[in-house]
Amino acid sequence: MAKTYEEINEKIRKGHAVVVTAEEIIGIVEEKGLKKAAHEVDVVTTGTFGPMCSSGAFLNFGHSTPRIKLGGGHAYLNNVPVYTGLAAVDVYLGATAIPDDDPRNKVYPGEFSYGGGHVIEELVAGKDLVLSATAYGTDCYPRKKIEILVNIQDINEAILFSPRNAYQNYNCAVNLTDKIIYTYMGVLQANLGNANFCSAAQLSPLLNDPLYKTIGIGTKIFLGGGIGYVAWNGTQHNPTVKRKENGVPQAGAGTLSVVGDLKQMKAKYLRGSSFLGYGATMTVGIGIPIPILNEEICQYTAVKNQDLWCQVVDYGKNYPNNLPSSLGEVNYAQLFSGEIEVQGKKIPTAPISSYSIAREIAGTLKEWIKKGDFELTQPVQCIPGPESGITFKSMKERLVEPRFE
Amino acid sequence: MSVCRRIVLRFPKNLVEKPLVYHLVKDYDLKFNILRAKITPEEEGLLSLEIKGDKNNYSRGIDFLTKSGVTIEQLGQKIRKNEDLCTQCGLCVSVCPTPALAIDRKSREVIFDSNHCVTCEMCIKVCPVKAMEIKFD
Ligand code: SF4
Ligand code: SF4
Repeated sequence: MAKTYEEINEKIRKGHAVVVTAEEIIGIVEEKGLKKAAHEVDVVTTGTFGPMCSSGAFLNFGHSTPRIKLGGGHAYLNNVPVYTGLAAVDVYLGATAIPDDDPRNKVYPGEFSYGGGHVIEELVAGKDLVLSATAYGTDCYPRKKIEILVNIQDINEAILFSPRNAYQNYNCAVNLTDKIIYTYMGVLQANLGNANFCSAAQLSPLLNDPLYKTIGIGTKIFLGGGIGYVAWNGTQHNPTVKRKENGVPQAGAGTLSVVGDLKQMKAKYLRGSSFLGYGATMTVGIGIPIPILNEEICQYTAVKNQDLWCQVVDYGKNYPNNLPSSLGEVNYAQLFSGEIEVQGKKIPTAPISSYSIAREIAGTLKEWIKKGDFELTQPVQCIPGPESGITFKSMKERLVEPRFE
Repeated sequence: MSVCRRIVLRFPKNLVEKPLVYHLVKDYDLKFNILRAKITPEEEGLLSLEIKGDKNNYSRGIDFLTKSGVTIEQLGQKIRKNEDLCTQCGLCVSVCPTPALAIDRKSREVIFDSNHCVTCEMCIKVCPVKAMEIKFD
């Protein structure tokens, strides 16, 4: 018996909707069977809270007196450079931007203690930021310099707009070399000393809707503690990777581009983060509701950690050299157990994304929906699935021919 | 009564060469495990030890070290986890050489047990949100 978005929303408005998290649905399907579970449950909520480098925000500061044209000039927020290749007072603040004078990896491994993600966290927390900029000056925008305090309350728009978040599955990272390495997957000890992984697994949004049947353009989501929307598929969206019979990809696959008003978000779910030896980024909280339209969708949401597999990848040599390779496949139940076996060696595992906050996000979204504060939206267009044939390509490096007169 | 304590000994430059720990074994019948040893750029010696033995002998041994000019601190008391900042991500667990940082199976939160901490400071370097803090004295 199928349900429609409208029927589910009607129940949400009346406060009758049955909403459970992606963890809770597992037991419900086991206990009651798929048919009954799909009939009774209206919405399953998911959550994830992990480092997401392709995140950032568009800001509009309003016009100064006299006017200044930041476009084509240089601008900084708390010394972190922002992108100015837009109109006069629009900028884009990216999560991985770092101050020009940050020592980077000159002292190895670099600390990257402050970057764009930290600026976004402070902006959302309501702290004043220093905007400093230089411009070339025009007849209509004569001012050439500015240094002022800005606050999220005073600026026009602050829009979180991230080109790639919420990766559907990810690698499990190890290091086969004999030297310790510092990566975006954390510190990896030499000679298979440890394995790090990054997914909320059975709570993760796209792992609960593996074929993108409900999550699409226009889907209303929990974003950074407030409300946001799916804007498009994310960059590097790769729906054609190998999948198990349950439809779930066995490696990084789908991604989402998301958008939302920063002014209603919370700093707790947008955390500036520093990865030793790698760089600055932002840890982002996302939760997506999945309408249980039919049994098939209910079945997807009941997926368990032991049914979700990922590839073990060497970040010592193969990953940096972009060599395709997998040292084997492990499931998330194994990864969460604290130990896996790779090449016959038992190695300790640790996550780098927060399962407990992912759980908290799924729980918060559940409460919003139950209280009638959050209705579901039907996507205006699906994001490309495996049938699209879209495959993530490596860079095609065509050499530039030297030109002589 | 026997005791087991984890302490950090700080040797000034002039004491680095003296066999003080040897006396702990010989004169006070104390057993020890070296957890960490380092000479700082100022040529001061830092030695983290786990010491086991009779309670009275332990007190006398510590007295002896203090009188010799060694500064003694309890180990693990210097590191703390700021729960307001921590995101329970788990990154610190992967670098901690002891069971001081571990993930609770049920809550999936990262638990810090200072009794196991050897103050290696790896977690401080790795924590992406600076939630592991060191107390300076
Ligand atoms: S690395 Fe930092 S934020 Fe992550 S669990 Fe450890 S203390 Fe908490
Ligand atoms: S300082 Fe941190 S990493 Fe080192 S033992 Fe203590 S808790 Fe573990």
